Formats: sequence, structure tokens, C-alpha cells
Amino acid sequence: MTLYADGISHFGMTVANISTTIGSLHLKNPTILASGIMDEDAGSMQRIISNGAGAIVTKSIGVLPREGYPNPSLLELENGLLNAMGLPNPGIEHYGQEMKKMQRSIVPIIGSIFGANSKEFTVLAQKMERYGASAVELNVSCPHAKHYGLEVGCDATSVQKIVSSVKGKTHIPVFVKISPNVTNIVEIAKAAERGNADGIVAINTIKAMKIDLDSERPILAHKTGGYSGRAIKPIGIRCVYEISEQVTIPIIGVGGITTGEDAIEYFMAGASAVQIGSAVYYRGVDVFRHICKEISQWMNSHHYQKISELIGVAHL
Amino acid sequence: MNIPTITPLLSSVLEATDIKTITFKYRGTVKPGQFFMIWVPGVDEIPMSVSYITKQIKGITFRRIGEATNALFSLKRGQNVGIRGPYGNGFETIGKHLLFVGGGTGIGMLAPVVEEARRRKVKSTVIIGVKSKKELFFEHRLRRCGAEVFVSTDDGSQGFKGFASDLAKDLLKNERFDSVYTCGPEPMMRTLLSPCKSISFQASLERYMKCSIGLCGQCCIGRGIRVCVDGPIFDGKQLQKFDDFGICRRDAAGRKIPV
Repeated sequence: MTLYADGISHFGMTVANISTTIGSLHLKNPTILASGIMDEDAGSMQRIISNGAGAIVTKSIGVLPREGYPNPSLLELENGLLNAMGLPNPGIEHYGQEMKKMQRSIVPIIGSIFGANSKEFTVLAQKMERYGASAVELNVSCPHAKHYGLEVGCDATSVQKIVSSVKGKTHIPVFVKISPNVTNIVEIAKAAERGNADGIVAINTIKAMKIDLDSERPILAHKTGGYSGRAIKPIGIRCVYEISEQVTIPIIGVGGITTGEDAIEYFMAGASAVQIGSAVYYRGVDVFRHICKEISQWMNSHHYQKISELIGVAHL
Repeated sequence: MNIPTITPLLSSVLEATDIKTITFKYRGTVKPGQFFMIWVPGVDEIPMSVSYITKQIKGITFRRIGEATNALFSLKRGQNVGIRGPYGNGFETIGKHLLFVGGGTGIGMLAPVVEEARRRKVKSTVIIGVKSKKELFFEHRLRRCGAEVFVSTDDGSQGFKGFASDLAKDLLKNERFDSVYTCGPEPMMRTLLSPCKSISFQASLERYMKCSIGLCGQCCIGRGIRVCVDGPIFDGKQLQKFDDFGICRRDAAGRKIPV
């Protein structure tokens, strides 16, 4: 029997429906391509869509073109990936060409943006809206870019200010991707909610380092980077769980999701959808299709019909 | 684990003006056409196709052109680099009579394929295209392994005066080849593709690479085809589908620029 993402089996029997909603955004399945992975050009995003992703988050785009850091910029360690790409991107003007090619996309395109202040974020969000993005994701959590990302996202007041400024000037849903590299991630999530965000994306990578014993130096050109993959999943689960106890807006879970069961665990912690990044390395570009199938199979064997029945069930 | 291993250089040999081959100990299997990421600590890490393959030793051949290659150029025997790889898919040896067309330093990574062809007792014809004879290298290495070698120079300082692709077109008209292997400037490879549509064709592409393991998307061409893991060797059918082949590539920031 072949299972389809819309929940109808080959023989017309109803099986688990894996569609989900994040506020006003409807996804035919809950697997979203995480920002920074094969999303710098339209062709790459199209390939990921044809491999089953329910939505795409673009590369984080800034006001001006940025080359990023020299290599080494990505390492595979024992239990995860360590990267310091340095937010390379062609800038919002050039990126319009890629967004234009995605205007007739069959899945939502979420424009990821990063700025140094609320003014930059607002200008970028307006451009993304004009380019046809279904939503924007504010990157206030990149752990390795001076003046950007975490440097603006570690302060609750500035996060609230950025979100409310973007919300005041745009009409598409605004998601805020936040960092676990703060004293209390819940405070940052609450600040985003106060700013009227439509959803929280948690978590970004965890600041980390790898030192080479022979050359006696950090291997990444930027020295520190962001750690992702399996090793960080329990941290992501904990963050989503804690956030969902304190905010009412939807949460998109991200961090170490490699299998359908990992996604189910995030739903139980309180996520409405999940993002997948490092698993593209571990399982290939068709990881989205595999994870959807695994979610369906798990839901069928555990008698769940809809993802909404699973969201937050682990809260005791 | 996928991190560089610090390795001393076994040799550093000047091949032609601004062109060197460096070798290092590496016992793993490497296919011609695959590449290593070469790390010069404190400078950069860059993709380099393998140009020398024995059981114990591997090497790369490069022109000094930027910060990393200049740093690599100045390293002496015994000094360290970081090595990881090999990455990418590599060439397939197809047929009984093979034509190789290398432009500039492109001949460096084709040399191990010619050597493999000799081991399989397959006939090889090689065109080395360079701007002038000052930049010519590997001519004797390739003759030694029994290949028929033609040289073309833009300035006529040695061999055929003109482009390697023009010389190749002449050879293709007069002789029957089963397969064409090429590495060099993309417009040259694109020109070469049109008369080769009915035979096997493999070209090595170069794109700005960051992660080298298929994640960041920096080197993508066509519909999300990653040069680092899906390539760098592509066949004629694939190349015809890439709108940007021979036309444009993306810079470090991801902006489209001409090749």
C-alpha cells in the first residue's frame, strides 16, 4: 500500500493526515527545509520541494551582499555538524531574482532575513513580502555573525522591538527563530509574542568549537560556530517544551530532527511543524519524503489521525 | 568525523610558471576526478582535484591565483597542510579509444585518468591547451604512459596555434573516439560538448565551494545539483540540462557572475 502525503491510501482507506497549520499558514506536511541548507538559489529550493518538503525557509538574506567566512566553514564531528558560514548571501536586491522563480511554488516559501536593527529587519521583511514570500522568519539567533543574529537576539527588549516594527509594516505571518545560547530562552520567546509574532522557531544552532590537536588551533576559520544535528535534539526538545508552557503562539521545532520519531517527539513537546537541516547530510535530499512516511507510519500504528492530536501531549 | 588531518608535504615541484604539484601521504582509495579539501591553517581551505595517485601517495597540481594557492605555493617539503576527502564522484573509464582535452591547469586532474586508461590497455589521445609554452606541463608524463599527445597554444609558441577545442573538433572529424574527458575553462568545455553529443562525454566542473559535503548549496548548478557531491564530473546529458553551464556561476555571496 502506498501512502500519500494527503493522507489517502492507494485503496481509498483513510490513514493519518499529516497536514498541519502554523497560524494562518497551511502545510500539506510538517517538514520544512531549515534556513541555510540548499536555499541560496531557486533551483536548489525546487529540488528540495520535489523531494517532499512541506515548506521552504530561504537562506538568511541581509540588506547587502555578504561573502561569509573563509573555509573551513563546516565540519562533521562525532554527533553533529559544526558550521560557521558567516551568513553568506547575495543581498535582498539580488535575491529577488530567485524569489521571483519561486512565485508559483506549490509549497509556502518563508523568507529568512537578518538585520542589525529593527529598521533593517522591517525593510527586508517588506521586500520579502513584495517578492511573494508566504511568511518571514526573523533570524535573531545566528551564533557566529558580528552585529547580527544572536547579538540582537539575546536581548528581550530588542527582540520585541524588532518583531513589533516588522509586524506593523507587513501583512504576512512573522516567525522568530531564537537561540538556545541565552540565559533563558523562554524570556526571548515571550518577548517575540509580546511583539505580536505569529510563531516561534526554536532552536538555532548551539555555539561550539573544535580544536585540532596537531596544529593546536580551532579548525573553523571563524574559530567558533554553531553545532547542529542529533547531539542537540534533547536541547531543542527541552526548549520547545518550556516555551510552549509560556506562550500561546505556534512553535516550529528544529534541532537534530533526523527521523519521523524525532519529529513526533517535537510535536509532543509542543511543536506544530518541524524544520530539517543537518539530516540532509545524514540521509540525503530525499530526507523529507522519508520523514513524512515515518511520521505517517508511526501515527497509523499509534492510532493518531491528525498531527494536532499530538501537539503538546507530553505536557503533564 | 569529517575534519582535516594535518599532513606534511612529501614534495613540492615546480611544473611550469606559477604551477606546482604537491604530494602527501594518503593511503585511501581515490578515483581520478575526485577532489580533496586542502587546508592552509590560518588562510583558507580550498577544493583541489587529485592529479597524482599511487597506493601510498596522492598529489594535487595548481596554479597560484589567490590567497590560498599562493600560501600553498610557498610551502616547502615537510611543512604541513590539512587534508580531507576525497570528495565527489570521479570519472568513469568508458570505451576503447579515449580523447582527453585539458585547458590550462585542467590537464593536471586528467593525467590520472590517462594513467588508469593505460593500466586497462585503452588507447588515449590527449590535447593539452595552454596560453603559451611557458605554462605547459605534464606533456612528458603523458607521453611516457603511451598516450598520443597534441599541444595547442594560444600564441603558437608550441604545437597547434589556437584553441584546444578547435584542435579537438578536427580530431573528432577524422578519428573515431568512444569517449571524451575534459577539464578547463567552461566556455571551452561548452564548445566541445556540441560535436560530442553522440559519444560519451565527461567534464569536470568548478564552482565556488564552502561546505564540500552537499549542505550549504553554494556550489549548486541547474536544479539544485551540487557540484561537490553530485559532481564534480558530469556527463553530456546532465550538462545539456544546466542553463548556467559555460555561461555563469555564483560568487562567494551567491551573486550570478559570468564564467
